[in-house]
Amino acid sequence: MIPGAFEYHRPTSLEEAVALMGQHGFEARVLAGGQSLIPAMRYRLAQPAVLVDINRLPGLNQLSEEGGMLRVGALVRDTDVEFNSGIQSRYALIADVSRVVADPIVRFRGTVVGSLCHNDPAGDWTAAALASRAQVVIRGPAGERTEAIDDFLVDSFTTSIGEGEIAVEARFPVPGPRTSGAYEKIERKVGDYATAAAAVQLELTEDGRIQEVGIGVTAVALKALRVAEGERLLRGQKPTRDLIRAAAEEAAKIADPNPDARGSKEYKRDMARVLVGRGLIKALGRLGVQL
Amino acid sequence: MEIILNINGQDRKLDVEPRTLLAHAIRDLGLTGTHIGCDSSSCGVCTVLLDHNTPVKSCTMFAVSAEGHTITTVEGLAQGGNLHPIQQAFHDQHGLQCGYCTPGMMLASIALLERNPNPSEEDIRFALSGNLCRCTGYQNIVKAVQQAAQVMGKKSEGLGSAADD
Repeated sequence: MIPGAFEYHRPTSLEEAVALMGQHGFEARVLAGGQSLIPAMRYRLAQPAVLVDINRLPGLNQLSEEGGMLRVGALVRDTDVEFNSGIQSRYALIADVSRVVADPIVRFRGTVVGSLCHNDPAGDWTAAALASRAQVVIRGPAGERTEAIDDFLVDSFTTSIGEGEIAVEARFPVPGPRTSGAYEKIERKVGDYATAAAAVQLELTEDGRIQEVGIGVTAVALKALRVAEGERLLRGQKPTRDLIRAAAEEAAKIADPNPDARGSKEYKRDMARVLVGRGLIKALGRLGVQL
Repeated sequence: MEIILNINGQDRKLDVEPRTLLAHAIRDLGLTGTHIGCDSSSCGVCTVLLDHNTPVKSCTMFAVSAEGHTITTVEGLAQGGNLHPIQQAFHDQHGLQCGYCTPGMMLASIALLERNPNPSEEDIRFALSGNLCRCTGYQNIVKAVQQAAQVMGKKSEGLGSAADD
């Protein structure tokens, strides 16, 4: 399968890239890792007239903490995260995700930001970004803006990136000492789309209450969802098995999965519940709380 | 588009369309050791190395994007008629049956050994989980990577002591 023909640009500066995107508008797509875009082009699900290859742009591979945020540039590959010992030891949720995105070879090329921009209904990074309350930095003709992940993820394969704009960075809050998380994913085999998955991150107060919590589920609706009602139930409370069970139920309530070879609607909906529960218990366990 | 790809140490001039996939460009040069299997970046038989240690699925990269990188295919592994330790190990351990996945398996294995010279069995199985083999059941592939790790480890020790002298 050969993709449709396109015009290829390989700019060497961000300004040049933004100008190209502005010039071609929605006819143009950004090529970063290409691990979702190229298969989509091969299946002719995507037929962009213009590709702007950003792989030679300087300054987009930063992976560092600044102002309380982990900055993940648009050219940071999944393996940059997977093989970074600092991230692996301190970012429990991100570390979990980095080992199960796609497959080990695809991760050498695929990018975190690209995955967010693709906004696949079964994406892993989208759920993780929701749970950790990430932001996306977008550069366009009018300058730079920062968007909260909830506003960024508009719908299936649709983000709030406007015409002529490029996502240049994702930002994840640096976890404090009483913050942990987990990613629970069911997949038929390595590299397959998730059957269902849940991302959770939570922060405890000194006396063991849940100060803040984020829960995202993926592959169980038309887009990754925040389980806001589950978060609300947990916030401010001392974690108990009953409370976790109730919060996990909220994931099943909002899940609206498509049945396919991976499972029925009922099964996937129930897995949303099960995986949120498991994720919360694992995250609490990592903070030394056994329930 | 005229591009130059550095493949196995040689600059090769190609005239490609931007949509030409790296796997096709490589094969069109007669380097047919890079196989095409699933055509959807699932199976890993088209794996090549960029810049010596970065494995990529060449069916999921445009040839034009590979410009400026060095590319290693299976044909570039043997040096001066001597098999690369990973090739010797796949041979010794019967790490293949039909051989279709083997080039990708070997290149992915080299990438693993480059960053983890002493991998556990679990590490090996994890690192190769994006490369599918439908013949072997993976047992002998794992053994082959273990053998190569040993041989390559000894070799670099040897180089170390030579440098110390």
